[in-house]
Amino acid sequence: MTESSFSRKDMIAVLIFAAFILIVLPLALEPFRLNLVGKYLTYGFVGLGLVLCWGDAGILSLGQGIFFGLGGYCMAMFLKLEASTPAATKIQSTPGIPDFMDWNQLTALPWFWRPFHSLAFTIAAVPLVPALLAFVIGLAMFKRRVGGTYFAIITQAIAAILTILIIGQQGYTGGVNGITDLRTLLGWDIRTDHAKLVLYFISGGLLIACLLLAQLVRRSKLGRILVAMREREDRVRFSGYDVANFKIFVFCAAAALAGIGGAMFTLQVGFMSPSFVGIVPSIELVIFTAVGGRTSLLGALYGTLLVNWAKTTFSEDLPQLWLLAMGALFIAVVVAFPNGLAGLVQENVAPLLARLRPRLRPVPSATVDAPKQGAVR
Amino acid sequence: MALDRIDPPPSSALRRRLLQGMAALPAAALVPPLLPHAARAAGPATAAVNATGLAVTDDAVTVGILHSITGTMAISETGSVEAEKLAISQINAEGGVLGRKINFIQEDGASDWPTFAEKAKKLLVKDKCAAVFGCWTSASRKAVLPVFEQYNGMLYYPTFYEGLEQSKNVIYTGQEATQQIIAGLDWVTKEKGAKTFYLLGSDYIWPRTSNKIARKHIENHMKGTRVVGEDYFPLGHTQFNSVINKMKLVKPDVIYAIIVGGSNVAFYKQLKAAGVDLSKQTLMTISVTEDEILGIGGENIAGAYACMKYFQSLQNPNNAKFVPAFKAMWGEKSVIGDVTQAAYLGPWLWKLTAEKAQSFDIDKIAAASPGVEFKGAPEGYVRIHPNHHLWSKTRVGRARTDGQYDVIYETADLMEPNPFPVGYQ
Amino acid sequence: MFMGYSLGDLGSILAMQGFAGLVLFSVFVLMALGLAIIFGQMGVINMAHGEFMILGAYVTFLCSRLFAAYLPGAFALYFFLAIILAFCASGLLGMAVEWALIRHLYKRPLDTLLATWGLSLILQQVYRSIFGAREVGVELPGWMMGSTHLTEQIEIPINGLIVMVLTTLITLAVYLLIFRAGWGRQVRAVTQNRAMASAVGIDTERVDRLTYGLGCGIAGIAGSAFTMIGSTSPTAGQLYIVDTFLVVVFGGAQSLIGTIASAFTISQARSTMEFFLSGSMAQVLVLLSVVGILMLRPQGLFVLKVRR
Repeated sequence: MTESSFSRKDMIAVLIFAAFILIVLPLALEPFRLNLVGKYLTYGFVGLGLVLCWGDAGILSLGQGIFFGLGGYCMAMFLKLEASTPAATKIQSTPGIPDFMDWNQLTALPWFWRPFHSLAFTIAAVPLVPALLAFVIGLAMFKRRVGGTYFAIITQAIAAILTILIIGQQGYTGGVNGITDLRTLLGWDIRTDHAKLVLYFISGGLLIACLLLAQLVRRSKLGRILVAMREREDRVRFSGYDVANFKIFVFCAAAALAGIGGAMFTLQVGFMSPSFVGIVPSIELVIFTAVGGRTSLLGALYGTLLVNWAKTTFSEDLPQLWLLAMGALFIAVVVAFPNGLAGLVQENVAPLLARLRPRLRPVPSATVDAPKQGAVR
Repeated sequence: MALDRIDPPPSSALRRRLLQGMAALPAAALVPPLLPHAARAAGPATAAVNATGLAVTDDAVTVGILHSITGTMAISETGSVEAEKLAISQINAEGGVLGRKINFIQEDGASDWPTFAEKAKKLLVKDKCAAVFGCWTSASRKAVLPVFEQYNGMLYYPTFYEGLEQSKNVIYTGQEATQQIIAGLDWVTKEKGAKTFYLLGSDYIWPRTSNKIARKHIENHMKGTRVVGEDYFPLGHTQFNSVINKMKLVKPDVIYAIIVGGSNVAFYKQLKAAGVDLSKQTLMTISVTEDEILGIGGENIAGAYACMKYFQSLQNPNNAKFVPAFKAMWGEKSVIGDVTQAAYLGPWLWKLTAEKAQSFDIDKIAAASPGVEFKGAPEGYVRIHPNHHLWSKTRVGRARTDGQYDVIYETADLMEPNPFPVGYQ
Repeated sequence: MFMGYSLGDLGSILAMQGFAGLVLFSVFVLMALGLAIIFGQMGVINMAHGEFMILGAYVTFLCSRLFAAYLPGAFALYFFLAIILAFCASGLLGMAVEWALIRHLYKRPLDTLLATWGLSLILQQVYRSIFGAREVGVELPGWMMGSTHLTEQIEIPINGLIVMVLTTLITLAVYLLIFRAGWGRQVRAVTQNRAMASAVGIDTERVDRLTYGLGCGIAGIAGSAFTMIGSTSPTAGQLYIVDTFLVVVFGGAQSLIGTIASAFTISQARSTMEFFLSGSMAQVLVLLSVVGILMLRPQGLFVLKVRR
């Protein structure tokens, strides 16, 4: 668990990425675009989790939107309570509770909202609530050796159910509109351009911290067990490891990462709605990772940025065509380039590098080069 | 590592200010010359009508259209886009606004609320649109509202909605809930002698709030009437047989239905299949316009009453011009529903307000809006209330098998918009 | 809520409510059958299932237009032709998709899920470009709408009857095909042990293609039938997909019997609860119980032992 667990090449790749998002982009982009990139970065958290969970351990979760949404909702509940001071809501029949509760004839704050008056509790809840749900799901599924496609569609069903729940219980959750009109964080206005810039750097910094953490996990013995599980689950089990526990752990870790991403998303976008929790966003999050490369942390991040950048750009000019292009892109990536961008880079760029700097062993699949920036811009 | 870079890099902020300055320069320097088009009356100088850096040049002004043209909401929002484009082309044909031609930038909200917020921000911050016509669902409006308030934009929002909102930066061209609901309930009670009501709705804020208002009116403001049932279904619900059986048991005088989207089609088809004859059973809806009937099929809903402010079959000189113009632009088969007409009002009201204010600046538009009247409205006549909603008449129509409504009642006076109705909360 | 109603009233409502539950059951089976066949027999999740259904609905729409324009005399009967055409159109498209896409991915079942989701995006946009973003109204022959009176008070919706009959016929046909016909033996052999099946001379590729086509074709029939009870628009497939997946998951994805049992359980629970509670609440309660049961028994109601 020291510097030695990273190769020099990995560190350089991480540094390039850090420089790219923390220096190059802020200088190159106008504030509006930078704020968009900030939004994309929050999806990157989910991507990191998916690489661990899907790329390494082979567990495809189509419910990452649940965890992203839960993290986002935790943050949104805190911000909403702060925005709903009795003074700001005095036209309501019950001042001091969020406006949508008043519209739904609630007269008191529900018990599960109360702890969210505290920022410390909220910050703890952002990763823990998603992780807890992941733990329950994981415990039920993995202990009974449910996996593969069946696990994928169960997570999907849970995503659908949660969406219906959130929409149906609008007095408690804000319903289909979500929790909107979030203004300040401890008195600090999060809507100004300056605040957005600060939040961008916080997102970027957190993302890189999470990236290093994920790197650490992958480089440890744990990471190798995960890959071994993906390849030959039975043999790992016969070697005396409790496969289910490792799966539960990695699923919870991915959920916690997604939760952090969701919270950062809420802060930057200023609201949270059930449209992140359902099936479609959950699959989109998986697709970002697939495009970047499911076995490469940096690949997933670049993939997320690239797909979202393309989505925004094309949907501004050719919205109809974009859907066709997106569909085709996903099919192409899945069928022809299962390792995504990172795989392409590894196959085409890595040999070039290897020629420059001869090495003895071939690159193991888990240590994929970061795609060069040229691949992104 | 992240924290020492918090200060915005000076270059980009400076560059933006420079660019803004440069954009204003030619205008300031060339105020009098630049010949306007021969047919167009010379408008006031750009510097005078645009003091806040909007996308206004000497002969053009840019506005935004923000609706879903992909995703589930594209079904409903298509008509609004068409109406807004028609209005803009008609205004341009008449010489534009303050001597300037309207250019529009269309963005796709993709039925996704965060996308709406992102695109709204783009239209305001990057494109500097002088006005934005758009949004349809309450959720999308709620998502863009903070953006419009923060960057001081102007949104013309076409859909009838639940009220409980008022903003300097939004003009609500559709009716808010009390305008739409109360007159209809009064009419059905008086004409049909209705005593018992069964309230139905899709499960989200608009039907819930509307039914709340309806219930208060039925229980507190009318005599001898009561609600005998209230049911909500998730958006996209397709199975209504159970509730239909329940209604058969309870036998309400009036079924009051606020079901939206694909569920609508399922509800009316199953209602008809269950043998509920709408010529005997009174059904009143506030959510089915001619647009929805296209999907439901006229034969499945004929006989139902709808309560809103506009029907395509409305007889008046304005509508006699509007309907053929719409069909000429978008095809003989196209239909016009209440929201489509309200969307058509948006660009016209904005034009009239800009001419009243002699400016495109948002603050002046917002201040000049109250009292602006549009005498050419297809629905007859509308006027903007100080609360940024419209004074408008409410009408009751009865569905025919060909998918149109017969207008059978209209309020004598304009209904006052009241987004925060006392006694209905 | 039963105060003040006569026994006769209650009896007839109960009968109609029981019928409504059966109709819902048929609808669920029809929706889920295609998906269950493809998933159960091939391990492939077809995320474009809803779009194959809508293809069937659009075929029905086109048929109704054609008959109304050229064969108004036979309009009353167009629906039967529409069902057959819907089956063919969706089935052929399914086989084409299998050939172009799915067969490259049998070793990576999770990836089929992503690829078919991409396909569903493309199909939605294609429908939107061809038929417009708005819903289309499918006009049905008069005899199919309305209801029939069993007694003075008991009214039975005819479209519900048609759906029930159709579902029964198709389920029966699928049963015979898979459990009685030679082809079904091949399908089951491939399911249970692909390598061995191939070794004894079964053309596994052909079996896969036909299975996939069959599943998609049944989706097409479902879509065609649902024009009677629901809407037809580019994104209407999404309305059904959640219920469909729930039924399949709950039933235990490998087993057709499980699918039917789960459709029955969910539909009866939903239909009963909707009668006593608000529709939204009923849905939430049903979904929560489904999740609860899945937590206790994640492999679903019925599991088929499969050698992998």
